[in-house]
Amino acid sequence: MAKREQQLAEEEASGETALSSYHHEAFKRRTRYLVVFIGLIAAFFAMAVINIRSGDMNVSGSEIWNILIGKVTSGSTYDVIHKIRLPRILMAAILGGALSVSGFLLQTFFDNPIAGPFVLGISDGARMVVAIVMVLSISAVGFAPSWALVIAAFAGSLLATGFILLISRRVHNMAILLVAGLMVGYICKAATDFILTFAADNDIVNLRNWTLGSFSGNSWENVVAAAVLVGVAMLFTILLSKPIGAYQLGESYAQSMGVNIKSFRVILILLSSILSGTVTAFAGPISFVGIAVPFLIKRALGTSKPLVVIPATFLGGTAFCMMCDLIARLAFAPTELNISTVTAVFGAPVVIFMMLMRRTGRY
Amino acid sequence: MADSAAPARPRKLFSDKDKSVVNPTYLQLKNLSVGYGGHAVIHDINIDIAKGEIVALIGPNGAGKSTILKSITRQLKIVGGQVLFDGQDLTKMSFRDLSSRMAVVLTDRLHPELMTCHDIVATGRYPYTGRLGVLTRDDEDKVDEAMAAVDAASLGARDFNSISDGQKQRVLLARALCQEPDVIILDEPTSFLDIRYKLDLLSILRSMAKDNGITVITSLHEIDLAMKVADKIVCVEGDTIYRCGAPEAIFEEGLIRDMYDIRNGSFDSLFGSIELPAPAGEPRTMVLSTSGNGIREYRRLQKLGIPFIAGVVYKNDTDYRLAQALATEVIAEEPFQPISNGVYQQALEAMGRCDTVIDAGCDIGPINARVADLLAEAERQGKLERR
Repeated sequence: MAKREQQLAEEEASGETALSSYHHEAFKRRTRYLVVFIGLIAAFFAMAVINIRSGDMNVSGSEIWNILIGKVTSGSTYDVIHKIRLPRILMAAILGGALSVSGFLLQTFFDNPIAGPFVLGISDGARMVVAIVMVLSISAVGFAPSWALVIAAFAGSLLATGFILLISRRVHNMAILLVAGLMVGYICKAATDFILTFAADNDIVNLRNWTLGSFSGNSWENVVAAAVLVGVAMLFTILLSKPIGAYQLGESYAQSMGVNIKSFRVILILLSSILSGTVTAFAGPISFVGIAVPFLIKRALGTSKPLVVIPATFLGGTAFCMMCDLIARLAFAPTELNISTVTAVFGAPVVIFMMLMRRTGRY
Repeated sequence: MADSAAPARPRKLFSDKDKSVVNPTYLQLKNLSVGYGGHAVIHDINIDIAKGEIVALIGPNGAGKSTILKSITRQLKIVGGQVLFDGQDLTKMSFRDLSSRMAVVLTDRLHPELMTCHDIVATGRYPYTGRLGVLTRDDEDKVDEAMAAVDAASLGARDFNSISDGQKQRVLLARALCQEPDVIILDEPTSFLDIRYKLDLLSILRSMAKDNGITVITSLHEIDLAMKVADKIVCVEGDTIYRCGAPEAIFEEGLIRDMYDIRNGSFDSLFGSIELPAPAGEPRTMVLSTSGNGIREYRRLQKLGIPFIAGVVYKNDTDYRLAQALATEVIAEEPFQPISNGVYQQALEAMGRCDTVIDAGCDIGPINARVADLLAEAERQGKLERR
């Protein structure tokens, strides 16, 4: 203790050098951001390349390249790459990023690093409403259009978030909030199971697969829809990074800096619901990504500045989900794992680590 | 520690601000009622505050100091009446407008994640930065300036969570300064600070107000500090403002006693210090002292619960002030007068009732020579104890 104080005293005594050392620090920080971003982009491309090359069918690099640039437009390799692998990779990338950013927004909102769309039961809420809409629309018109599923997922996310908000108004305890989220999740899960039990047989196969979470089976139409939705939501999120930064100091400080708290909170929840709703609509509920990725990214960057963290989190989520999807596909091929099984294996230990760090006060 | 070294003050902070405009009342609370959920907790608040004035809100716990502050900062909806900023109604201002005029230092304990002190202070530039909140060179300079003004320049690169409470409070004050406000509102800024940091903080506030014309409104627990730092004291008690005015007018012993409902002790309005009550019972001990020598002895006896008589002290002696609070009986003489027969007899009589006479240190000169006689008499009676 005495040593520390002495050190502090020395630092403070040399005020001028410390000041300039701060600007040195700022330079170091910017370099660190740059390194992290380059690493993330590299990881993204590495994952994309590995992903597109691996699978049951061996396709050579030049063949893939020709398909990508549009030279080859038919044949079985074309179908595998263009209709199966590519949409799946893109879906994993887009939705992985969306899920991570949605987690970051919820963590900011609830001022709780363990908040996320899966843990708070928001994914399950979205899934429940999607299941209802799916069953109803299939029995009525024979199919379920993707826009209807997206709207359903968005509504479900908002419903679950609204419920969590009601609880968080009454109790300000983080642990209780999480337990409430788990309970909301269980209720929605039970309701979903109930709906599935009474759904027609051929619907169920489709639904069951989806309710477990997977990036597979998406058409290009879906990929475009997801890209547009996530793209727009991300744009707004980045534009919102200034008030998010203010909000990190708490509601009262944010307001004193000129943030209109009421509308800010509404926008934050809408954005996070669009992002997590899109994910649930196209890939089902996916666990832990929303917590683990923002945490790891913030550690890597050494800051929580939203303007840097939001894009990095998106990139990180992209690479992380592509990696998890790859493992889900290949680990026990030809049997495929649920994506959540893989994300949980990587994500849950991170969450446990976070909680341990909180306990010891280092966090 | 080195950071207690005298800060380079007065500093010129944000000299681009126009300080020449003297507005007699800058901030006006007019028939203000404040409370929660539309229910007034305190009503009829009428206070005029000038630019560069330090206003301290004092009052017992739970009296509503924070409620008033939160209403001024718009965290709480005003129940009735008005808050006027330079004649402009607070509720008609946008949060954005308000943010360039008013900054806050709140009681909320911050636990920001991975933020350096520089980051925290930089959030004060919020009203001035662009859409994405990127700091310009000019903003960076303002941040450095604000940190230097609170002696926190060296803390820039440190994680906010790793610094002490005193340093945190100074960093938050720098954050507020950086916002270039006309008014800074502080809610219990001294709560977690030890005495040294309290003094640091208050002297920074003082120089902010005087050198930069920033109006400071703060709630304070420590009435003694309020009295020393504030230009205006607002006493909040019950459902209204108990008293409001310059510290000299507020600090009468009775007033503080009534306001805080002190039954167990006393308050010295001259020095702003509090004392525990005098020991009860028939005194069998006498203390002879001059020139403040008795103070330590009085306190010792008070702690042991021994009632005592304070011996011949002059009314302009520091011993006399404390003796009035702690001694059962005080035998006193008018300043600069030789000890009169009456007082001498009174002292002898008192000595007769006592078993012990303590000599706590007496400076004896021509006019109080009879103190020496008293000491000799105590010696003769075998009651004298020297300390």
